[in-house]
Amino acid sequence: MAAPVAASSPSLVDTLFQRSLDDLIRALRSSPSAAAEDAAIARALDEIRREIRSPDLDTKAVALQKLTYLSSLNFLDPSWAAFHTLELLPSPTLSHPRVGYLAAALSFHPSSTDLLPLATHQLRKHIAPSPSNPPALAAPALHLLALASSPDLANHLAPDLLPLLSSQAVSSPLRPKAVAAALRTLSVCPDAAPVLFKPLVDCLSSSDPRTASTAIGVFCELAVAAPDPSPYLPLAPEFYRLLVDCRNNWVLIKVLKIFARLAPLEPRLAGRILDPVCQLIRRSPAKSLVFECIRTVLTSLSDHDDAVRLAVDKAKEFLASDDDPNLRYLGLRALTMLGPVHSWAVEESREAVIRSLHDPDTNIRHEALCLVMGMLSDNNVVEICNLLIKYAMKSDPEFANEILDAVLMTCGRNLYELILDFDWYVSLLGEMVRNPHCAKGDEIERQLVDIGLRVRDARPELVRVARDLLIDPALLGNPFLCRVLSAAAWISGEYVEFSRNPLELIEALLQPRTNLLPSLVRAVYIQAVFKVTLFCFISFNEQMQAAELLSLGNSSNERQGNLEGPYLFAGKTSTDQNTAFEIDHCVATADKADSIEKKETLTHESISNLLHLIESAVGPLSECAEVEVQERARNVLGLIFNIRETQFWNIKAYHELTRDKKVTELVELMEATFSEDLGPVSTNAQKRVSLPEDLTLNENLSDISKILSDHDATCASISFSLRSHPSVETTEDFAPVAETNSLLAEHRKRHGLYYLPAEKDDIESNDYPLANEPLLSASHGDVTEDFMKLTAQSLNPRKAKPTKPRPMVIRLDEGDGVSSSNFKSIKESKDDLLSGAIRNVLLGNESKPSSSLKKSSDKTSRRRDNDVSDNSELVSEHQDNSTIGDKEHGQSSSRSRHHNHRHKEKNDSSGKNGSNEEKSHKHSTRSSRYHKHRQRGDPPSDIVPQAPVIILVLSIPFGWICFQEKNEFNLYPIIIGIASDQPVRSHWIRLDCLFGSVPFEDPTCN
Amino acid sequence: MGIRFVLLVNKQGQTRLAQYYAEHLTLDERRALEGEIVRKCLARNDQQCSFVEHRNYKIVYRRYASLFFLVGVDNDENELAILEFIHLFVETMDRHFGNVCELDIMFHLEKAHFMLEEMVMNGCIVETSKSNILAPIQLMDKAS
Repeated sequence: MAAPVAASSPSLVDTLFQRSLDDLIRALRSSPSAAAEDAAIARALDEIRREIRSPDLDTKAVALQKLTYLSSLNFLDPSWAAFHTLELLPSPTLSHPRVGYLAAALSFHPSSTDLLPLATHQLRKHIAPSPSNPPALAAPALHLLALASSPDLANHLAPDLLPLLSSQAVSSPLRPKAVAAALRTLSVCPDAAPVLFKPLVDCLSSSDPRTASTAIGVFCELAVAAPDPSPYLPLAPEFYRLLVDCRNNWVLIKVLKIFARLAPLEPRLAGRILDPVCQLIRRSPAKSLVFECIRTVLTSLSDHDDAVRLAVDKAKEFLASDDDPNLRYLGLRALTMLGPVHSWAVEESREAVIRSLHDPDTNIRHEALCLVMGMLSDNNVVEICNLLIKYAMKSDPEFANEILDAVLMTCGRNLYELILDFDWYVSLLGEMVRNPHCAKGDEIERQLVDIGLRVRDARPELVRVARDLLIDPALLGNPFLCRVLSAAAWISGEYVEFSRNPLELIEALLQPRTNLLPSLVRAVYIQAVFKVTLFCFISFNEQMQAAELLSLGNSSNERQGNLEGPYLFAGKTSTDQNTAFEIDHCVATADKADSIEKKETLTHESISNLLHLIESAVGPLSECAEVEVQERARNVLGLIFNIRETQFWNIKAYHELTRDKKVTELVELMEATFSEDLGPVSTNAQKRVSLPEDLTLNENLSDISKILSDHDATCASISFSLRSHPSVETTEDFAPVAETNSLLAEHRKRHGLYYLPAEKDDIESNDYPLANEPLLSASHGDVTEDFMKLTAQSLNPRKAKPTKPRPMVIRLDEGDGVSSSNFKSIKESKDDLLSGAIRNVLLGNESKPSSSLKKSSDKTSRRRDNDVSDNSELVSEHQDNSTIGDKEHGQSSSRSRHHNHRHKEKNDSSGKNGSNEEKSHKHSTRSSRYHKHRQRGDPPSDIVPQAPVIILVLSIPFGWICFQEKNEFNLYPIIIGIASDQPVRSHWIRLDCLFGSVPFEDPTCN
Repeated sequence: MGIRFVLLVNKQGQTRLAQYYAEHLTLDERRALEGEIVRKCLARNDQQCSFVEHRNYKIVYRRYASLFFLVGVDNDENELAILEFIHLFVETMDRHFGNVCELDIMFHLEKAHFMLEEMVMNGCIVETSKSNILAPIQLMDKAS
């Protein structure tokens, strides 16, 4: 007690009246509420802060003990006490360093504390096996090393592990611990491999079972974590010996894990281990071991049918164990591991799998669902999906949605490759919406529209399903389903010709409860009303025409057959009229005739009632605050106004109608508006649009008015203007790149919607269906061809996912992809460093890069080879260093800086002579906005372009649009090219949508 | 790593012991992770299996009276072996404390950590014999 006396008085008081850890725990337990407990903790922390500064080590140790307790259980940050922790390590009292080690093991990490190197000497002292050194401290010291050593420290202390690793004492308790610590050293510091690897291999054959089992655990970690486990192949005989001789299940499990990695590399190895593994499956009473064998067989030995058979039988036993959910779960997991090659196994236990869908455990149900989905083929998809959807009706909300999600994903995969009967699938989608828990509206919406665009034959059924959805007032209140309703509205507007009763549709679209919908969906509804109204009007017109023709025919008949009656009244038709219609219009397909027959209900009265209804329902919306809704409401009202102007209901016969020029004009114009089919457009369509020759990218686009006026000639009747971009100022300067880059990121965050994920780009570049590709305009309107394409696609399994049919290919930002792949390669190279080093140790060749590395001949592997050889250099340097380093261990940090520096130099030089490409790559991440544009063959210049450039060419189904970027946030279309063979007029409404305020939400603006 | 972390949690969801291996989480990450795991696992009943997938971990858990033992492992770790490990840990504590309960672990957190330290190093299981695990602790008890 000499020290406290010498110290200041508060610490003496602290020492005498210090609360022990038990006191603290009792105080915490007795605090009545959470708030009181928080207060008690805060008080205790104050106390600890005071006590831990005490020069008395006992006081300090107790304070640290309390801090450790509080921080590890209450998420408090103990890093401020790191130094005090280290102060306890050299204490001669056994319990002090133990407290210190525990605190350090729980809180130290190279990323948060850089104080550990200060204790290097102390750690070394505790690790060193000497009679004076209590072994009780070596264990926690090794534990701390294993948890918290930085690469530097690990490298520094690696030689100190050697005596422990190679200790021949029969059962040194420290040897296995040293093995585990060596794992950490190897994984953070591959340079240590030459020093540590050989002793580690020796540990495998140690007579001490603990050492052997730890060593096998270490090798398992190394082999499983390595991207390429081939360096461990030379150790296979050692592992095989363990597999055959060892009776310890822990060890066997680890050995099997290693073989699961190695067997695919060496076919002979697979043959050798097959027999022992099968023996284990048959004989072992330990389920864990049996399961590991099953896993090994199913993942790595799946070519050996007998073994697979045995493993599957065992898995089925697991699956059938009613009393143990763990085994059931693992049984399902085992079946999931089997690839599609062995689908027979799943098929065999089909009943058990389906039964598992009813399991009380959600995890088991999930696994079963995955298996069922894996089982789906075009033969059973109808049966299984019907079953699942019915089951989802009765299931709890979470699992119901899981089922819906799985069905949607599986059926929608590869452009609906499993679906042969689209009528069935479409009605299944409709059924899903009826599920009370359905929250998958977005995906259902996407698929409904997508099928509408891609599969012509499904359209009649699609329209029927859409009508059923629209007409149900109950669905309108469900916020999850508004997207589905939006799709239904769009479908019934776009494909209204298949509708049985358009009038009913309009009533459904305008029912009062639609005011529950969000405004964007309402906008779609109103646009649908527009289309349906138009259709009614046009078909009424046709009907009149048909009646006229019929009456002409009849009147000729009349003349021949002396029949009475001048003409038939338009509304009351008969089959005669129908046949007459067909004779006169041979072009009409059966479908059309059918639909015409349905529209017989159209009369003057019904049409004018309809117009009244629309006016009264849409009228108020023309004042709506939402621009989208307002705009479309006004469109509809404008149409009605035009129709009313024609006075068509005063006309009793078609010949009167034709006399009215206005009607004909209107009909022609409007017919053209929606006559064109909308098709899916590839997200990569933009890339395929070649730039026009005369487009000079770097110059100011002052001649734009000329170009536009050229087009004005063709677009004379078009009333669209570039209204969202009143001035095309071309002289504005760009902000400095660094700044724009951050702005770009911000923009991306805010308008992420308009960006497409970069990686999609690669996947879909080749095999995207060319259905309505702008370049293939010839295929427009060819029903059979379209469907042939689709079926061809569904027959050949492909990787492409169905894409959103949006042509809005705003720039694909490649920056993200690049940076992440860079990151990956860094990580990979670190792993490679280790396996490279190990390979060198095992094969004994330090200079030659091995064959498997040579195989991959791209430049990354070249770099990797460099790394490997570099690495061996470094290693030898380090060996030198470490022999010297014994004397100067205090300076590790300075040396590390030097070391790092050297690394950096190396990287730099490799970068210099390596490739300029890499550099330009880096450059591209910095200024990715210009990247694409430059790739297109623009003269590569390192100067940032000062003049605005065209950064985007957007293809639309009937031409292309060039966009110029004026400032960071706005794209301006500056040139609009319309393919010359396209009916220009028919697209003005869609273009309008394109440049409207929020056009992207609306499927009509494709 | 084989074992990523070991957690002991009581019925109320309070952490009673936490040891992470090879992975460094900040306090906030730890709090979030433990909260999520505890919510997931404590909601399950004993008719359900002992394996839960969470983020990139697989959680193997087992309940003993009022204590949940949760072990986070890599996805390809052997679940049944980890269950056996948990059982071994509990048996070891049982032997030392005699019918171990939550209070024993609260008041002897240090010892629980020492036992765990003897059993697992750096995510590898290094010791599976109860008497070997307990030997150093008994030595220390004698010394003090």
